[in-house]
Amino acid sequence: MTPRRDGGSRDSRGPVVRPYAVTSGRTRPSGAAIDMVAVVSAIRSASVAGLELEQEHSLGPEHLRVLQSCRGPVAVADLAVDLDLPLGVVRILVADLREHGLVNVRQPTPSGLADIGTLKEVADALRRL
Amino acid sequence: MPYGDSEAVPDRIRPPVAIKILIAGGFGVGKTTLVSAVSEVRPLRTEETMSEPSALVDQLDGVELKSTTTVAMDFGRIAISEDLVVYLFGTPGQKRFWFMWDELAYGALGAVVMADTRRLADCFPSVDYFERRGMPFVVAVNCFDDARRYPRDTMRAALNLTPDVPLVLCDARQRGSSRDVLVALVEHAVTRLDGGRHATSAI
Repeated sequence: MTPRRDGGSRDSRGPVVRPYAVTSGRTRPSGAAIDMVAVVSAIRSASVAGLELEQEHSLGPEHLRVLQSCRGPVAVADLAVDLDLPLGVVRILVADLREHGLVNVRQPTPSGLADIGTLKEVADALRRL
Repeated sequence: MPYGDSEAVPDRIRPPVAIKILIAGGFGVGKTTLVSAVSEVRPLRTEETMSEPSALVDQLDGVELKSTTTVAMDFGRIAISEDLVVYLFGTPGQKRFWFMWDELAYGALGAVVMADTRRLADCFPSVDYFERRGMPFVVAVNCFDDARRYPRDTMRAALNLTPDVPLVLCDARQRGSSRDVLVALVEHAVTRLDGGRHATSAI
């Protein structure tokens, strides 16, 4: 995981492109909600090179950046940081890719994590921090 | 549903598990400090759509009175293993961002409500929120150098905490101390899952 450039260097004038320009002005993702720690992974056959022409037309460069970044499973919030895009924008892009059948999105379990074994593992690991 | 647990992540024995923990509390209580002390902080921002106050009275048919505002969030990451990551999210304290809370809380393991004894009331809304939601939470009293110390029972009473909710003292600047807060939360969540809820009435 390569660290991003430090936050202090961000241009105070704000982004050149308004954030929702890359989503054609949409501010809500299509389909089911996508949590900020939902894990996104590109479906095996989905590589940028292998996109159908039709898919490529309806996807923008930011979609392709997302697709490239989730070749291994990655959480939505991490995608936003990695790509330096606002969380809301990344969610919309991910939802678009999901509609195209290019990514798989795994939501967290609604009531937290109902798996005691995993929680104990987390507690032990935290104690060792 | 167009998605779900499927075979799309065939390369791993277990799909990556993301655990979400919320860090709540009033403005300036030490949320950012705690997240920085214990995790790898990452610059996360979100653009939220806000409806303008309807003080603008003109009927502008077809023009949405909405604007986006950038919210920088405290966001930290603790990689437990390659496929198990704990994410810490500082909940934006200001009232106008409360609409984000439900979303933040969805699927969360639990919450740390940070408190400052000099401004205890600042954490009441957070305590209320997690109580209502039935989400496991611990109260972490951040012991600022110049703040008066109170007995634990006094603080519990002031917060009107139910007996099962842990109250821990911490120094959010200290990694070990902040870590202990998270451990207390995870243990509390385990106890509740284990059926520890029955113990509540016994105290």
